[in-house]
Amino acid sequence: MKRGWFLPIVATLGFAFLYAPIVSLVIFSFNESRLVTVWGGFSTRWYGELLDDGQMLGAAWISLKVGAWAASIATVMGTLAAFVLTRFGKFRGKLLMTGMITAPLVMPEVIIGLSLLLLFVAMEGVLGWPAGRGMLTVIIAHATFTAAYVAVIAQSRLRDMDESLEEAARDLGAGPVRVFFDITLPVIAPALVSGWLLAFTLSLDDLVIASFVSGPGASTLPMVIFSKVRLGVSPDVNALATIIIGIVALAVTVAGVLLMRQSKRMR
Amino acid sequence: MTSNPALAANTKPWRDPAAKPFISIRNVTKRFGDFTAVDDVSLDVYRSELFCLLGGSGCGKSTLLRMLSGFETPTAGQILIDGQDMAGVPADKRPTNMMFQSYALFPHMSVEKNIAYGLLREGKSKAEAYERVGEMLKLVKLEKFASRKPHQLSGGQRQRVALARALAKQPKLLLLDEPLGALDKKLREETQFELVNIQETLGVTFIVVTHDQDEAMTLATRIGVMTEGVITQVGEPREIYETPKSRFVADFIGSVNLIEGKAGPAAPDLMRVETDDLGPVVVPPTAGLTQGQTVWLAIRPERVWLTREPRPDIANSVPGVVQDMGYVGHMSSYVVRLANGRLIRVTQANESRRDTPITWDEQVHVGFEPSDFRVLTQ
Repeated sequence: MKRGWFLPIVATLGFAFLYAPIVSLVIFSFNESRLVTVWGGFSTRWYGELLDDGQMLGAAWISLKVGAWAASIATVMGTLAAFVLTRFGKFRGKLLMTGMITAPLVMPEVIIGLSLLLLFVAMEGVLGWPAGRGMLTVIIAHATFTAAYVAVIAQSRLRDMDESLEEAARDLGAGPVRVFFDITLPVIAPALVSGWLLAFTLSLDDLVIASFVSGPGASTLPMVIFSKVRLGVSPDVNALATIIIGIVALAVTVAGVLLMRQSKRMR
Repeated sequence: MTSNPALAANTKPWRDPAAKPFISIRNVTKRFGDFTAVDDVSLDVYRSELFCLLGGSGCGKSTLLRMLSGFETPTAGQILIDGQDMAGVPADKRPTNMMFQSYALFPHMSVEKNIAYGLLREGKSKAEAYERVGEMLKLVKLEKFASRKPHQLSGGQRQRVALARALAKQPKLLLLDEPLGALDKKLREETQFELVNIQETLGVTFIVVTHDQDEAMTLATRIGVMTEGVITQVGEPREIYETPKSRFVADFIGSVNLIEGKAGPAAPDLMRVETDDLGPVVVPPTAGLTQGQTVWLAIRPERVWLTREPRPDIANSVPGVVQDMGYVGHMSSYVVRLANGRLIRVTQANESRRDTPITWDEQVHVGFEPSDFRVLTQ
């Protein structure tokens, strides 16, 4: 078939639409000038300045910690939910549970954030835990909504997995718990790693939910950036954004490669 | 190994009414919702047998196998293995092992670890387990592949690893789900005999599920033909082939000509059946027939005589024309059209190179010896 000129042009326009803003941001992060939109020559000055910015570094550290904790909790919860949904056959309320587990994917973040805030406040009133808002509440909030993503990934992997592997292990004398740790977990491990990376990235990116449930001293990186930008975009934010784009791109690529490699090996 | 291999291969305990069955399936039924997969099946299998459950897809044979292994629970009925009731015994506590159709080799473990898995679960020490792994690898001739991962093996090698893994724990009963299904034809034929050899050497009781009648005929000591959740006939391969009890079994195993007719009066010596296709036909007397009852005469294509000249020495002989012919090397198969349009399948062994073979559109005579007919009532 002749390719023609139409598809290449559409593809180019599409990619330009998606990536032109990001590319311009990366380019301007190496701008010498203090004015964000005026090119003043190449420099890595803003990256240097970023390293001296204590508030920014502190927020980055908090974001990484929150991301790692939230992703780990989400991976455990999401995997368990996926396991129940794929392996326990039919049970009452299965459809409801499937829907409810995936609901956070489409739920507006404002609503998730607000509802969690109300829950935390109420819990503090009744149970006295969690005491105040801070890193802990952000971690819980992020774990909650990213667990949905992990569950979806783990579920599709579990569904692809040959169930007779688990039956074979049972048949050879392993109890159900043993089968889960000896067979199921290692087989779906790459999917869980990519689920973790995805959860980590989502947590790192989140501004809305964190703004609702965070407290004093626990501002995440997006929160700090946002408050800075409100006072005018400074070039060091460009530098920071470039670094974040690099981290996210790396995580997504690793996750993708892991998933692809595994699906190839399983065939 | 407890039993004497030579004895295991030659005795036929199912012919002895006093023999104690090793596996007893008693009135077992399995329903999934409204669908009855296995319908009131009873079956006895004896020690060291290689029993084949043969049937098309969806006939319930795999469900029956899964109930033996403990992956499905019977809706009703009882399963006994070596005298022990299996009700409530989970899959990991049963004295059975299963070889899966997909082989189900653990992809993240080496061949060696796959085989050792069951042994280690049993509480064997590492040294003991790996000694046994060595024996099993030798049995299936895969010593050199011990440290390979499953995806680095060919289909035939994987099949052997699966067999070794299932046999490693010395199960009382080995269940095999389409064990040769994923292999190509040539390899399948070789592997069939290997499987029988291993079974005879070890004396382990095998129950094999297959949809391939050639496989069942070659492997089995006895075959159970299944359809729609019911075992319609159980017997040695020869019995099933030579004396099928129903049109379904006759047609399912090999190919057959079925000729409908009405039974004539009972006679002590030879009896007559009035048929539309062949006219009056002489058949051996069959007990339990009433005059005028509808019967079907079954005759295998290789039992039909095909000659150019009429054969007055054969009781039933009809003229016809060769409509179709296929040459398969060691034999030729023909389709002969009789005067009324009825088609009869005939096969002839190509024993001699000198004869001019019968070919398309030739006027021929098909002959049926009375004793080659099997009279069926269902």
